[in-house]
Amino acid sequence: MAKFKKKQEGGTPAISTASLPDIVFMLLFFFMVATVMRDSTLMVQNTLPAADQIQKLDKKDRVMYIYAGKPSSRYEDKYGSQARIQLNDKFATVEDVGAFVLAERASKRQELQNVLTTALKVDGDTNMGLISDIKQELRQVNALKINYTTRLGDYTQNTKK
Amino acid sequence: MAKRAAPEVNAGSMADIAFLLLIFFLVTTTIETDSGINRKLPPTDEVVDPPIIKERNIFTVVVNKNNQFLVEEEPMDIANIRQAAIEFLDNGGGTGDEACAYCQGPKDPSSSDNPEKAIISLKNNRETSYKVYIAVQNELVAAYNDLRDREFVRLNPLLGLTFVEANKRYADPRYESERKRLKPKLDEVKAMYPQKLSEAEPSKNN
Repeated sequence: MAKFKKKQEGGTPAISTASLPDIVFMLLFFFMVATVMRDSTLMVQNTLPAADQIQKLDKKDRVMYIYAGKPSSRYEDKYGSQARIQLNDKFATVEDVGAFVLAERASKRQELQNVLTTALKVDGDTNMGLISDIKQELRQVNALKINYTTRLGDYTQNTKK
Repeated sequence: MAKRAAPEVNAGSMADIAFLLLIFFLVTTTIETDSGINRKLPPTDEVVDPPIIKERNIFTVVVNKNNQFLVEEEPMDIANIRQAAIEFLDNGGGTGDEACAYCQGPKDPSSSDNPEKAIISLKNNRETSYKVYIAVQNELVAAYNDLRDREFVRLNPLLGLTFVEANKRYADPRYESERKRLKPKLDEVKAMYPQKLSEAEPSKNN
């Protein structure tokens, strides 16, 4: 029975904290991977349609973003459920698009002003009427390069009801 | 034997290992970039006298408010649009100066003369859903890409790349040295099948 007695001699051993850094770093990695950097908070629903014949939109400094879609649920009471345009952090009307583009263009460096692309991040369930109106506005201010931002996927996902 | 206490594992190097991993991921992580279909809008200034385009050189795609398709006056399912567009673009029905040497189409005289003249006209209703519109755009771009791939592989069999892959590589800063070599090849194929996609202003009815 001497065997058992000896074990209790030193009291409870200290818990090794050697694995603590690992746990912390594991968390760090998780957040690093899961983080998506966003410039402006979205106030509209934004489920992009799927497409597979896509080109990358590199060089973020040459892109300006126009969001459109139904207001997200927390804004629904105030703004209704009609699809709307979001520019920077506010809801806007079609007439504001031209001024927005001109302001964005003015804020860029001189050599980039002619190579700007307008990325249209539009919710899949929006009607084309709104998008045509945006396109007309863009034509008015001579912002002719546009990109219909999509997510990678098969086109058949779009036609499902 | 059982009496001996387990020796403490030296944890001093643990932090180093974790930092090594952290640095590895920091270096290899790229922030996700957006991608989509690039389009160019027509300028607003009115063309004084628009060129006359023959009916057979226009491929009309109409999407109505119920998201149904009308291709060349015939109702069509979206799954068939790509093939129909390829057939139209690759028809090569022209003769003499307008003949198309590389086209493999049926050379139907009632369809397009050559890819240079062939225009796809896409018309939608104001109530068409955006995702359906993108699906059509995607299929029409796919038709061009399929044909360009075919010609690119035929002209550059040793490169082992399709047009789409070569285009991607051209835009990739990691292959900067290949840029000069790829550009004339890409431009050649682009000129063979120029992307002439016209988006008409949407209609309120139909």
